[in-house]
Amino acid sequence: MTGYTKDHEWIAAGAGEATVGISHYAQDQLGDVVFVELPQVGKKLKKGDVAAVVESVKAASEVYSPITGEVIAVNDTLTGDPALVNRSPEADGWFMRLRVSDPKELDGLMDEAAYKSFVDTI
Amino acid sequence: MTETTDATLRETSLAALHRELGARMVPFAGYAMPVQYRDGIMAEHRHTRAAAGLFDVSHMGQAQLRGPDYATVAAALETVTPGDFQNLAPGRMRYSLLMTPEGTIVDDIMVARPAGKAGETGLDIVFNAARVAVDEAFVGTHLPTSVRLELPPHRAMLALQGPKAIDVMLRHAAVGEMRFMDTLATTFDGIPVAVTRSGYTGEDGFEIYLAAADAEAIARTLLAEPEVRPIGLGARDSLRLEAGLPLYGHDIDETTTPVEADLAFAISPRRRAAADFPGAARILDELQNGTRRKRVGLRIDGKLPAREGAAILDDGGAAVGKVTSGGFGPTVDAPVAMGYVDAAHAALGVSVAIDVRGRTLATTVSPMPFVAHRYRRRSAG
Repeated sequence: MTGYTKDHEWIAAGAGEATVGISHYAQDQLGDVVFVELPQVGKKLKKGDVAAVVESVKAASEVYSPITGEVIAVNDTLTGDPALVNRSPEADGWFMRLRVSDPKELDGLMDEAAYKSFVDTI
Repeated sequence: MTETTDATLRETSLAALHRELGARMVPFAGYAMPVQYRDGIMAEHRHTRAAAGLFDVSHMGQAQLRGPDYATVAAALETVTPGDFQNLAPGRMRYSLLMTPEGTIVDDIMVARPAGKAGETGLDIVFNAARVAVDEAFVGTHLPTSVRLELPPHRAMLALQGPKAIDVMLRHAAVGEMRFMDTLATTFDGIPVAVTRSGYTGEDGFEIYLAAADAEAIARTLLAEPEVRPIGLGARDSLRLEAGLPLYGHDIDETTTPVEADLAFAISPRRRAAADFPGAARILDELQNGTRRKRVGLRIDGKLPAREGAAILDDGGAAVGKVTSGGFGPTVDAPVAMGYVDAAHAALGVSVAIDVRGRTLATTVSPMPFVAHRYRRRSAG
């Protein structure tokens, strides 16, 4: 299942691992992405830690880890093609894969319908 | 990342048109202004360099300095600037600086001497939006009683910038004889306007000064031309950064002097010789002996942009300056920045580093503009 945070990250979890990226709404708000600073593989992130930084033409924006876990992979394609975040934010433009420390943290996330309603209130 | 609907913000006469065009509105200098339209900053930036972009710059301050005769008005403006306005020809405009008695910069301004009757008794000035109130008070205190500074209400200002701007304008206004920094009172499809061949993108282009009530009709006419797209403040900023043009409040302010800011061209030879401009003693000393710091262009290796406030370091890691404007240059296709560095590191080609969140980005002090200006000048130089 895919969950969303109020900071516009998405997280797709399964089998003790989770993939994290930013939502379609987030990439639209950021505009043209020119650089993505990804975490080191092996880095241990706590829920809410700054996991990545997205640089658009306009500004730098932080991406927070939605859960606690260890980084087990990052999407190196974004280094050469940062605009992939704009083209495919919720699929090919993923940021990182985490080993999930506490599956209960996933319970607090919004599902797609709840996130859509949340975005409509902004 | 939230939309702003602050009721205290002012709107320009094009606010409804911006929304119709899908603009994302942001607060800027007390106005709700479009930061981008549906195309996005990158596409808007590139379109301006390739064809023609239309900017709403109605937030800028349009002022009129009027007096009994031209010489009196020019002399009055010269008391607060280092420019030579006594010798400004009718139909021409100049970039200038309002300066404190200490030789620092109150604002950077455009000053036009209208051709015809208005140019016999006055000058037209454009102030930065965020400085209008400060400038009005500052200039006001230095005027003789016979000279008045007025900011007529209900005005609008459009900028049409890019290599195709001339083709578009010629379909509506007789601007074919104009060259860079010319000003002309004319008509646009029969509507009275003032036009200058100027702008803040480094491209050829025009700025149109008109009644607020006429702005939407003229903007729609221009947008209906196949070469023209609407362009927001986001691309305006990346365009002026690539053009090496300073932005008041970021690259210049009341703590910087024109010599530090690499704007000494605004100090006219006549005023230098007479040493009669604000802060002349300090400025002439700086021209002779140099300054402790200098505004420079910065080219950054890789793709990670450095933003305003980032520290500039020498190869030993010691701070030697600070970035004042920075971002990704869509035409350069690389990050570019400007900032102040110590004189010892200000020479072209010097290697420095910029700290961005603990990363040190290899950076070279580089000539500006980063993208060559394409003004259509009246004469060489």
